[in-house]
Amino acid sequence: MSSAYHPFVIPFCAGALILFAILIAKFILWIHRLSANQKRRCLRNIVSWKTLAAIWECIRECLFHRNIFKRNFVLGYMHLSFALGWFLLIVVGKAEASCYSHTFWEEPWMAIFFRFFEDGRTDYWKPGLFTFVMDMLLAWILSGILLAICKRIYSRLLGMRRTTRHKWYDRVGIIALWSIFPCRLLAESVTASLRHNGGWLTQTVGDALAFLPAETLQLPLWWLYSIVLCLFFLCLPFTRFMHIFAEMLLVFLRKWGVVEEERETGYTSVEANACSRCGLCIDVCPLNTAAGMHDVQSVYFIRDIRQHSLTDAVADNCLLCNRCVEVCPVGIQTTMMRQIHRGMRKDEDPSKEYYSYLPQGEADKTGYDVVYFAGCMSHLGGGIIPAMQTIFRKSGDSNLFLDEGKNLCCGRPLRQQGYTAQADQMRDKLEKLINQSGAKKLVTSCPICYHSFKQEYNLDIPVQHHTEYIRQCLAEGRIAVRNRSARYAYHDPCELGRGEAIYDEPREILQAIGTLCKVPSERKDALCCGHSLGNTALDSRKQNLIRDEALQTLCADHPDILATACPLCKKAFLNGNRRLPVRDVAEIVAEQLQ
Amino acid sequence: MKQAADCIIIGGGPAGLQAAGRLAQAGYHATVLEKEETVGGKLNKWDKLFPDFYDAKKLKKQLEDDCASSDVTLLTGAEAVKVEPESSMWKVTVKDGRTLSAPSVLLCTGFEPFDATRKEEYGYGIYPDVISSVELEAMIGKGEIKTRNGRTPKSVAYIQCVGSRDEKTGNHYCSVNCCICAVKQCIEVKQILPEANQYCFYMDLRMTGQHFEERYRESQEKYNVHFIRGRVSETALTQDGRIQVKAEDTLLSRPVKMTVDLLVLMVGMEPSPSTRHFAEELQMSDPYGFYLSQDHESDDNITRHAGIFLAGSGKRPMAIPKTRKDADAAAWEIISYLKQHTR
Amino acid sequence: MKAFGFNLQKTRTYEIDTTHSPCEELEHAVPSFRQCMFCGSCAATCSANSHIDFNILRYNLLFRRGTRQEIANNLDNCMLCGKCSLVCPRGVNTRAMIMEMRKELQTDKP
Repeated sequence: MSSAYHPFVIPFCAGALILFAILIAKFILWIHRLSANQKRRCLRNIVSWKTLAAIWECIRECLFHRNIFKRNFVLGYMHLSFALGWFLLIVVGKAEASCYSHTFWEEPWMAIFFRFFEDGRTDYWKPGLFTFVMDMLLAWILSGILLAICKRIYSRLLGMRRTTRHKWYDRVGIIALWSIFPCRLLAESVTASLRHNGGWLTQTVGDALAFLPAETLQLPLWWLYSIVLCLFFLCLPFTRFMHIFAEMLLVFLRKWGVVEEERETGYTSVEANACSRCGLCIDVCPLNTAAGMHDVQSVYFIRDIRQHSLTDAVADNCLLCNRCVEVCPVGIQTTMMRQIHRGMRKDEDPSKEYYSYLPQGEADKTGYDVVYFAGCMSHLGGGIIPAMQTIFRKSGDSNLFLDEGKNLCCGRPLRQQGYTAQADQMRDKLEKLINQSGAKKLVTSCPICYHSFKQEYNLDIPVQHHTEYIRQCLAEGRIAVRNRSARYAYHDPCELGRGEAIYDEPREILQAIGTLCKVPSERKDALCCGHSLGNTALDSRKQNLIRDEALQTLCADHPDILATACPLCKKAFLNGNRRLPVRDVAEIVAEQLQ
Repeated sequence: MKQAADCIIIGGGPAGLQAAGRLAQAGYHATVLEKEETVGGKLNKWDKLFPDFYDAKKLKKQLEDDCASSDVTLLTGAEAVKVEPESSMWKVTVKDGRTLSAPSVLLCTGFEPFDATRKEEYGYGIYPDVISSVELEAMIGKGEIKTRNGRTPKSVAYIQCVGSRDEKTGNHYCSVNCCICAVKQCIEVKQILPEANQYCFYMDLRMTGQHFEERYRESQEKYNVHFIRGRVSETALTQDGRIQVKAEDTLLSRPVKMTVDLLVLMVGMEPSPSTRHFAEELQMSDPYGFYLSQDHESDDNITRHAGIFLAGSGKRPMAIPKTRKDADAAAWEIISYLKQHTR
Repeated sequence: MKAFGFNLQKTRTYEIDTTHSPCEELEHAVPSFRQCMFCGSCAATCSANSHIDFNILRYNLLFRRGTRQEIANNLDNCMLCGKCSLVCPRGVNTRAMIMEMRKELQTDKP
């Protein structure tokens, strides 16, 4: 074995060492900052099939980018060529170098600069095959880079209306990344033109460059390749490219059962660092598509977190509609992160009792079948509550109307704005009232409350949204509806659909009464009505622009009636159109009861 | 008189000029008697008109041009003093002794701004920096707003309903135009004095016309005018010569006190002396001295006297667009009358 | 300006000259703050207002007039349920207004 060393490997080695030192330090810090509960979950699941599942997901997502492929083939190909291509280049290169050196423990840089150090021996396993495969991989990566450059210049070519606008540090990282492989190609080609050790690509390019003074160019090019690698390694922890490593950690933590909590933890940082700034969240954000706001989307929000430059305008400008969560290829809980970071910007005193004015009394225990919680917004419109009362009468369920006094809140709006302690106090009061009622179930008309009851409350009784309740009553034959030849377009409220995956119940109810229209974006892709409580920064003009966009898709198939299952969406659409009657599913059912 | 007049119009303001133009277009000859040396009436005292900042001079010019291009006789410096029947005609006597007669007379004698000295508690005529909206309009027209001793006001307050909706002055009615006029002037003052704070004391804001509400909203949103609901009870002069006003902030249920550099009284509209005079002489006066038409609902331009017609703010407070439409309607009534009685 | 008149005792009267301070920060954060016409629909629909004195339009006024300490301790009674924003005829972003006031008054505290 000959000694393979040249000073130009120093930048590469230094860069790699610094990179791994930073990575290890960050990983340790993040894991250390996990909450006790999160750590417990990790320990409980670390030795289980979940770890295997995490490894499989890492391969599937971090190397093959299945989620991006599902969304956009060309974009998937681009990421695949970078991630898998580079990964294979390292693995195959390492195999080549090891085979060449007849040891697994050759110099660590040998694989990276192999063409420079190999002396033309062919006394190892399939040297020709290695050369061929390595050139194939290099060509593949270069095709990905070509696409990436096209995407930067004209994103629509890759099916993106908008791509992320990067800050200078990300641009340096991108240019470094893009330069690595052309540099490698040039260095290997020039060496090939001198020593004739290239493959189908490098030798061809090398021969084409034969007119150049290869002797003088060779070393500078290898230096350049090493320096560019070093530059990229040094950029990596501070730019979007941190996602390469953070995403893997995220996958493991998630598989072990870690989720975002109310307050910032190490997991929040892992999520922030796992964002690749791919920008898929930009095109789905209603604030971008309808309201013309291009700088508040999750990608920018997370970048601002990492750069410690988050402003109220960015933190507050989010509808929490969860459309970005649905498309995020990394699966980052962006909306939870918003809530957490809003909370970090708020001043609360957990020791203060904020809602001492709320009713303290016990709910009477008369053995009601149902506790009904209409929700604040239901009180603003006249239709839903009487409709539900009619349905309760018909179904024979006795009910306790808990918020008849129009003065109780589930606490979710506070939580959305980051007032966690206040929301907890509110929840505790309401939770006590509900649990004391002794009823068999809780039915609510408001998806916001529903989501809150499901996720944040610890209730003794099951919770149903009224669409679930009505669906069940219909199935059990306790109520029956007349058929009517009307065509309904159903709007999925964010909190009910993406929030709690209630998609089928309202549709089944409507199909029992009339027919359903096609809606271009529905279910997980449904648009937000714009009046979400999650955003306090949006002015009413922009809210209306978002509503109009949703209304347009809902009207695409010319429905007779616009149906929804959220008093807030209903109100938004009622205010925003003169053509179409807007009804809650409960009202439609109450009108058609037999 | 080259040609015998079909109609004598008393008052050469917006109503009189508009009606004269309309009559002339229809082939009837009108003679306009204007007591001032120039026609235009109160338009001469106004710079821009609410709610859209229409140039008052431009409007006056349009009205004058309409009259000039058709056959209208404008007599200025001719104050009518008496209107009396003479055989089947009406005879109008001018102050200098001339008489004119015609089969019909249109009274367009209009309004005059409420004399704010009567509301002593606001200090008009006592404290130099308490001015009326008419005086403010003149300052706006000159593009310079100053206190009496030449300082640039840092704070300006407006009091609505001065001489309107007020039992004490006997004027129970609403003068219709002051609310929006104050909004207009607040905006203009803010444009001239961007640093000034402006407060508008009101009882109700009656933004009933087209674009009125939008302008009101704009004055809050863009020009940061503060509206305080409550009628000022009294004013006083501070030691440094500024005006202190006291009111109840009825939305907060608390008394409020403030000191301003300029206090603008949004004076209401009262019948002009000529209006009072003819209303009384022809026995068609309402309790405030305005003309009483035959029937407010359906015969608003005719009177108890055949051949005597009414148009404009001599009947009640009215804005200029409404005055002009009222004059159109009066011209129509006059033409119908002339057709029946003279041919 | 020196106080003049009979002014030995503190009165209920508030004086705009001394209290009125610009609301620039709030107006910048919540531009719709200025649009309020004090109709009271926010207070009418307010859930908190049905239990305690929580009058949003009054807070808007008091904040404008600079008599802010009165509201400092009350703002956190808000449940942020958002009904006020929905009923406002002038499109005042009431929730943002309350949150921003709360923030400003908290930083004002010594």
